[in-house]
Amino acid sequence: MQIVLFDGVAYGMLLFLISVGLSITMGLMNFINLAHGAFAMVGGYAASTLMSRLGMGFFPALAAAFVAAALVGAVLEVLLYRRLYRAHALDQVLLSIGIVFVSVATFTYFFGPTMQPFTLPAALDGQVSLLGLEVGRYRLFLILCGVLVLAALLLGLGKTRYGAMVRAAVDNQRVASGTGIQVQRLFFLTFSLGCGLAGLGGALSLGMLGLEPSFPFKYLVYFLIVVCVGGAGTITGPFVAALLVGVVDVAGKYYLPQTGAFLIYVVMIVMLLLRPNGIIPRKGLA
Amino acid sequence: MKTPHKKNFFATLGLACLGTLASLVTLGTANAADEPLRIGLIATYSGPYADYGRQFDAGVALYLKEHGGKVAGRTVEIVKKDTGGPAPDVAKRIAQELIVRDKVSILTGLDFSPNAYAVGAIATQAKIPALVMNAASSAITSSSPYVARLSFTVQQVTDPMARWMLRQGVKDAYTVVADYASGVDAETAFKKAFTAGGGKVSGEVRTPMNNPDFSAYVQRIKDAKPQAVFFFFPSGVMPPAFLKVWKERGMEQAGIKLYATGEATDDSYLEATGDVALGLVTSHHYSYAHSSPKNQKFVKDFEAEFGTSLRPSYFSVTAYDTLAAIDLALAKTGGDASGDKFMTALKGLSFESPRGPVEIDPTTRDIVQTVYIRKTERVKNALVNVEFDKFERVKDPAKEAK
Repeated sequence: MQIVLFDGVAYGMLLFLISVGLSITMGLMNFINLAHGAFAMVGGYAASTLMSRLGMGFFPALAAAFVAAALVGAVLEVLLYRRLYRAHALDQVLLSIGIVFVSVATFTYFFGPTMQPFTLPAALDGQVSLLGLEVGRYRLFLILCGVLVLAALLLGLGKTRYGAMVRAAVDNQRVASGTGIQVQRLFFLTFSLGCGLAGLGGALSLGMLGLEPSFPFKYLVYFLIVVCVGGAGTITGPFVAALLVGVVDVAGKYYLPQTGAFLIYVVMIVMLLLRPNGIIPRKGLA
Repeated sequence: MKTPHKKNFFATLGLACLGTLASLVTLGTANAADEPLRIGLIATYSGPYADYGRQFDAGVALYLKEHGGKVAGRTVEIVKKDTGGPAPDVAKRIAQELIVRDKVSILTGLDFSPNAYAVGAIATQAKIPALVMNAASSAITSSSPYVARLSFTVQQVTDPMARWMLRQGVKDAYTVVADYASGVDAETAFKKAFTAGGGKVSGEVRTPMNNPDFSAYVQRIKDAKPQAVFFFFPSGVMPPAFLKVWKERGMEQAGIKLYATGEATDDSYLEATGDVALGLVTSHHYSYAHSSPKNQKFVKDFEAEFGTSLRPSYFSVTAYDTLAAIDLALAKTGGDASGDKFMTALKGLSFESPRGPVEIDPTTRDIVQTVYIRKTERVKNALVNVEFDKFERVKDPAKEAK
């Protein structure tokens, strides 16, 4: 029982790490970015390539994954995304799903269609005893990362000047720009941050999901569930939703293996019926 | 001075006559020899399964290179078409185009079973032979008299694994399969062979194809404490994801043995799978480490041609064998590739493949071959499947039962 809960939480943390960036971009800019998984893939490939070809350690590779995905996000924001902030939602969906296709083809061209090699560092391999429970070190590390990212985001958006500006822009863009906030630059930074977080999540997922060019399509539905159920534009919303999805998914598969795989969809439908605007509806970022 | 001239003249005349005669003789057979043999290769060249097409191409190219681009004296022209993955409607349309527009004599490729069924129906209508290079669903060859298979069936490699496990004293097993047609085939074949030999399947689970985290399933097995686990996943990301969790959970230390079919340690993915595959015992019809001289030459030529980054997998060896089978069958028919004659020639064909001796069953047109039991080991800094036991002349058990 405890181990199932632990595994579910660890899996949920991974979902949170990848999806939180999507929540930020979707909530802040009202941009439906289906290409979010592509940025996670950029991070994953950056980390795995640096590790397998240049012999970089896992932890520096995580940082590199964040930077790589944030940079790619920054470039694409300037070149493509910026033009469609005020466009119709359907145009945004078309653009971002197009980016997914292009990214899949690009990664297949350069890295081949097969998956990337990855070995966990010895420090994260195997199990460790925690309060009488044998838990996977890597999963424990995921939970730690999830909590750290959550704390950093809550502090950063709640206590800093940058966070205050972001919250202001989310509440009312026109008034925010009227008070002298450079909304354009703010969007640019925030979008890059969201992509960087996706990249970090992608690199962290290497130990669990396996990376190949179809990654952004395969897991897209999970990211969207987390953000929809949690409520776009918040940090705690996706956090709670990711934990819920993780625990329900793992517990469902453990206790009812015949039908368990469908449980998360049932949960999603029920949650959306009960709270159509998400577990924590958007009222500024918090 | 005059005589030599005269002699020369007559000699030239004679030669010219001979030349004309010779060219007249060749004219008769010229049609068959000059007209290239067109083979339609239907495979996946794009998307997540693009590796399949790459492997097919490599096997075909290698055979043609070794034989000067000819089979049974006819120049071969390969017409490649991409289905982009499992897409029966696309495969069907492509097969029609290949027959009507490109005038191919033989269809081949066919990596996914749904595609093979769709193409089989077209083969029946057009009376054109279709040779399956991978699709592993058992009933494909029964669906059309013009379909023959050179790859394997899931049951064919699963059944020996169950029998081998019984031989090792495993009496209680748990099955884990991916929830799709081949996974269900593996589950059924395993259960049948295992219980027939006196074993007991104490639990079974089917996982969704798109499963991000295997921890729940593995934990469930750990708590159920079976003697051994047999699993079947399609090659690619699923086996390593499962093996990672298996290792992380300390299942080996818990005393639970793990067995699988060769998809789990597919040579194409083995290096990327990494050390989690070490020691895993699997059953399959081909390992690139197979020790026969024929295979050593095959692997050497393959590496000379395509480098070491692409490792020959069971896909490329089947593609190579398919060309060999076409070659042998056409030699029997004298270069005639018309459906009925070709299929008759194909039946009962037996030859030495890089994987070992293979034959085409005359009644089912399915392959009969040796299935090997292998263990994943690190040899010379590379992960390979080392064969250490075998079951000879294994037929598709699903058809034998009928």
